[in-house]
Amino acid sequence: MLSVMHLAQLNIAHMRAPVDSPELAEFVALLEPINTIADEAPGFVWRLKESEEDPTATVVHEYGDHLLINFSVWESRETLWNYVYRSPHLGVLRRRREWFLRMAEPYIVMWWVPEGHIPSLAEGMRRLERLKADGPGPEAFTFNAFYDSSEAVSLPAAAEARK
Amino acid sequence: MSSDDLDALALLHDPVRRSLYAAVAAGGGDVGRGEAAEAAGVSRTLAGHHLDKLVEAGLLESGFRAQEKKGPGSGRPAKVYRRARGERSVSLPPRDYATLASVLAGVVDALGAEEQAERAAREAGVTMGGRHAGEPVEEVLGARGYEPYEEGGAVRLRNCPFHVLAEERPLLVCSMNLALCQGLLEGLGDDPGRARLDARPGECCVALSKTNKD
Repeated sequence: MLSVMHLAQLNIAHMRAPVDSPELAEFVALLEPINTIADEAPGFVWRLKESEEDPTATVVHEYGDHLLINFSVWESRETLWNYVYRSPHLGVLRRRREWFLRMAEPYIVMWWVPEGHIPSLAEGMRRLERLKADGPGPEAFTFNAFYDSSEAVSLPAAAEARK
Repeated sequence: MSSDDLDALALLHDPVRRSLYAAVAAGGGDVGRGEAAEAAGVSRTLAGHHLDKLVEAGLLESGFRAQEKKGPGSGRPAKVYRRARGERSVSLPPRDYATLASVLAGVVDALGAEEQAERAAREAGVTMGGRHAGEPVEEVLGARGYEPYEEGGAVRLRNCPFHVLAEERPLLVCSMNLALCQGLLEGLGDDPGRARLDARPGECCVALSKTNKD
């Protein structure tokens, strides 16, 4: 029997200034409404939260200063896509240059996890490193170079088939 | 262009089929046989025959909608139709602008030139709008394939004319599309601020707020 697989995604962004600085204030104010949209979006499974009480608290980690980390699990590519690009989140993304530095390296990575499994932040960061080092593969991929959960054989999902 | 595309589009030569296709597309979702028949002004039986031909050709998709009434006598699920997701195009002589557009979009990303791209899109919109100055924006957007419809006083756009590119590079393409629509409004002599991002699954990312003139 095939087990149900969920899609984990991790993305990082380098802030232009400390998270508690005036430069980031507008972004921080958007965290609660935009995270609420994620939490209520179809297909949302889980996201890493720093605090259950403070919706503006960003994930605290040891991977570098001014580095914002988003880490979540979704039921499918489509549900994650619809949240990222087909919800008010798109408007926030569009303003990213106001708050974040442009990145030449990959800043988002996806991989499949068994339903019910919550991956660790360390695992997510390892997957991102793997994507940077080796390029996309079934263990670490992106929206544009996507791998289906059934792809034990590592063939990129034909872009044509998804259109 | 593939001969499949040409065969599929040739089916729309029949005016009944064309109006049925238009009725289903305008429904924006699942449309029943009866609704489509009524919109096209033909019988349900004739509509069913032609709708199934359009499904066979891959222009429409069909499914079943459970009847609202449950229990004995509620009948079997109703057959419904929606526009197929895939796109068809025919160009004679053959042209392929999409491949080059995709490459150029990649270059914009690589250069981090989104802002310049948005400015260029805005200017293109102004020029386009200038050719239709004084015309209602719904008509101009309709003629460009956006399929505008009204919702709660606002204008929403059912179709993304840049769909394949928007799937590849949504952030760049949606931002350029917004700038293009704002420029178009400006060129028409309308308020550019009416166009804003309001993305929804399966539709264009832009919506127009109510006009200030009313």
